[in-house]
Amino acid sequence: MPTILAALVCGLVFGFGLAISGMTQPTKVLGFLDVLGLASGRWDPTLAFVMIGALAVAAPGFLLTRRRARPLFGEIAAWPSQRDIDRPLLAGAVLFGIGWGLVGLCPGPAIANLATLSSRIVAFVLAMAAGMLALDFWRRRRVAAAA
Amino acid sequence: MAPFDPVSALVGGALIGLAAVLLMLLNGRIAGVSGILGEALTGDDRGWRLAFLAGLVAAPLLLGAVGRPVPTPWMPSSFAIVIAAGLLVGFGTRLGGGCTSGHGVCGIARLSPRSIAATLVFMRRGLGG
Repeated sequence: MPTILAALVCGLVFGFGLAISGMTQPTKVLGFLDVLGLASGRWDPTLAFVMIGALAVAAPGFLLTRRRARPLFGEIAAWPSQRDIDRPLLAGAVLFGIGWGLVGLCPGPAIANLATLSSRIVAFVLAMAAGMLALDFWRRRRVAAAA
Repeated sequence: MAPFDPVSALVGGALIGLAAVLLMLLNGRIAGVSGILGEALTGDDRGWRLAFLAGLVAAPLLLGAVGRPVPTPWMPSSFAIVIAAGLLVGFGTRLGGGCTSGHGVCGIARLSPRSIAATLVFMRRGLGG
């Protein structure tokens, strides 16, 4: 139960951050990705400032958290252990980047916008879930084929 | 579109960073939204993941309730483009093991070479390069 409550609070704080920073508005993200707007003054630096704010807290926060052997409620601290820059990582980042650049939505803001019940947001989230299920299905088939 | 406001961008960003630190400190988990959603769909241990996603959905509603309504998302693209983008984002983030939050915030904060590489690649692709 404490892990569920903690996750709910973390989701709320994360969502407040997305909404307050303006990142729930896809046009702000597209305004950042539109570097051609730099010369004409159309470029929107918001995303860079959001990243700076997030890293300024997360980097020292993680360093301090690392000193603890275990999390307060969970059993283990699940720090990612993969280190290699492999093909799935890069191919996945390419596909994600293309999709992100098309409409200006990444997973967090897409979900944080769900309560607006905007038909395009709902369509995006359903398609995103389908894409995730498709990757899972494809991976399972590859594992089954290799076995 | 709302004008650029560096203070709300920094404050909002700091809250995102705080949420990431809290989730690791309390539950020992990385606040990567694509991973949390993907595992909620296909994995086990769904409880905390669904709770995190519920918090994400509830946050703008709560802001609206205290008199700080969040602007409705403006998306002029056709449904075909929106669905194609959703499929690419879903498939790509799971294949690459993360998105803007997991790689872009948590990974870079840990100085993970994988996450730095992934963020450079998806940022560059996002720019249309």
